[in-house]
Amino acid sequence: MGRRIAYGFLILSVTPILVGYSWLVIATFSFRTEGLLPRNAEGGIGGFTLSNWSFVTDAAIWNAMLNSFLIAVTMVIGVGVASTAGGYALSRFKFAGRKAFLTGTLVLHAFKAEMLLIAIFFVLRWLGGIPVIGSFIGFNSVGGVALVMIALELPLGIWLMKGFFDNLPWDMERAALIDGASRFRVWWQIMLPQVRPGLAALSLFTFIAGWNAYLVPFTFTIGTKVANMPVFLSQLISDTAPTNWNLVAAVGMFQMIPLIIFFIFTQELLLNIYAGGSKGT
Amino acid sequence: MTEKQLEQQSEELARAAVGAPGSTRRTLGRRVRSTVSAYGFMAPAIVLVLMFFVVPGILLLILSFTNLASVNFGDPWNFIGFANFERLFTDRFFPKILRNTVFYVFTTLILFNLGLALVLALVTTSIPRRSGFFFRLVWLLPRLTPSVVYILMWRRIGQAEPFGIYNQLMPEFLGASGGNLFLGGSPWAFVILTNGFIGASFGMIIFTSALLSIPEDLLTAAKVDGASAWRIIRDIKLPLIKWPLLFIATYQTLSLLTSFEYILLLTQGGPGLFTTEVWALTAYKRAFATYAGNSQWAFGATWAVVLVAVALLFAILYVKLFKFKELIEEPRIDNL
Repeated sequence: MGRRIAYGFLILSVTPILVGYSWLVIATFSFRTEGLLPRNAEGGIGGFTLSNWSFVTDAAIWNAMLNSFLIAVTMVIGVGVASTAGGYALSRFKFAGRKAFLTGTLVLHAFKAEMLLIAIFFVLRWLGGIPVIGSFIGFNSVGGVALVMIALELPLGIWLMKGFFDNLPWDMERAALIDGASRFRVWWQIMLPQVRPGLAALSLFTFIAGWNAYLVPFTFTIGTKVANMPVFLSQLISDTAPTNWNLVAAVGMFQMIPLIIFFIFTQELLLNIYAGGSKGT
Repeated sequence: MTEKQLEQQSEELARAAVGAPGSTRRTLGRRVRSTVSAYGFMAPAIVLVLMFFVVPGILLLILSFTNLASVNFGDPWNFIGFANFERLFTDRFFPKILRNTVFYVFTTLILFNLGLALVLALVTTSIPRRSGFFFRLVWLLPRLTPSVVYILMWRRIGQAEPFGIYNQLMPEFLGASGGNLFLGGSPWAFVILTNGFIGASFGMIIFTSALLSIPEDLLTAAKVDGASAWRIIRDIKLPLIKWPLLFIATYQTLSLLTSFEYILLLTQGGPGLFTTEVWALTAYKRAFATYAGNSQWAFGATWAVVLVAVALLFAILYVKLFKFKELIEEPRIDNL
């Protein structure tokens, strides 16, 4: 009895989610939909079509896909390097400013950086004015978007990696240092291999954040050349012209392919990293 | 002697044994070298934090005292004192935006981020492990979905007839009016649902791990004594997850206060004038959406600065409250 209520409640609670995804899948392969029902041109049920997927021959979408991928990969590398290096120093060294930095990033982790976007706009414009590299990291560039996103994920990354380093025993490291290895070599050859699982989790989390990024790329890019997938998709949903919802659904589905793969193969890990202090509403 | 002191002593003994100078015999040269390499490791993080947190924070404050907008972008910055703040607090829609913000934050927090999250955690931990895991995983889906795609689904659910799913499946007395629901009948319901379905999963995961760490024999003992399920929840489970509850409450209040991405995608603050517009969205729209071709960066920054001040207070309170201080204690080992 109690168990039946429990399952009833849970099934009811996930209904909106399942309905939303069902629509996405149905719409992707339909001529048009009314509610959850696929309709053909005559208004009857049916109208299976693959024409919504014809966008895969469109160069614009591959450009957006490439931008998404570049943002996500740059983020994985940037967050990975800055967090493992910073986390190591914070875990192992005593230095002036250590406490201030740790408290600061802890506050920043709770603090939501979306509020700073207005001012970051000016920082990016300034970065864009730097000769030679400016056009790669300034306003309206993939690099600029990636840089901002790296910074936003950094407080979480540093704390996560510091935690992993804190848990490592000191013996091997000490032996290497006594043998005359440099700090950098110890970090690279001895410490990094030991925190690989943590780094993998952080990378997965960062990749998803980068792949899904909407607000930052939307705010700091103009037009279609530097648009990533979410921005490209939002441009398809126009308020002035009629929207082809089935095309939009197919593009959305397309964008979700890597996420679905992660979802199927890393379930346990995903539930764990999102508990590890995700930023999210 | 405490355990810690013992550990420290053995550490020093170990150092002496290998002939390495420990913290008791540190030379200036060593300390300098250690500091230099520490800053070397810290450099990328420090640069990024300065560039994208510290500088923008200061810049935002300065901006709020200017009248910078896209119409006078080329000119030198013109300082106008507290005029922006005066304009903000006397804005005709200020009371409405404030009410919206408070309503949105607390309704979503209580119904979903705390309420539903807690119920989900309690229910999924009371059924067999695999099933509970499965439902929690489904609840994680919205969080994994790109915001644009996620809102797309909700837009189709709330669309007018004949396209909308809710209008097709639900009878009239449950609110299916036939019209567009998120830009017509019940925009707030949709704003809260879309955010709540994302927000609930975070609390759910945190509460679940807290509930699973309650010793089994405690629950068994209560059951043997004939306690009802409700009494077990009220007198054992809830008191034991008091801290996670408080953590989620403060953390999510801050999140909800400052996030606006889903509202921007769903209603853009509409329908009509400021119907679902919250403080954070106002700041963003003033600065980046153009009103008659003019982006009012300075005025947007003013809205943002007030929110940043509130958010900072919250963040500091939250760091203090949860005694994170222990986490920043000195590292036991720094140099040889």
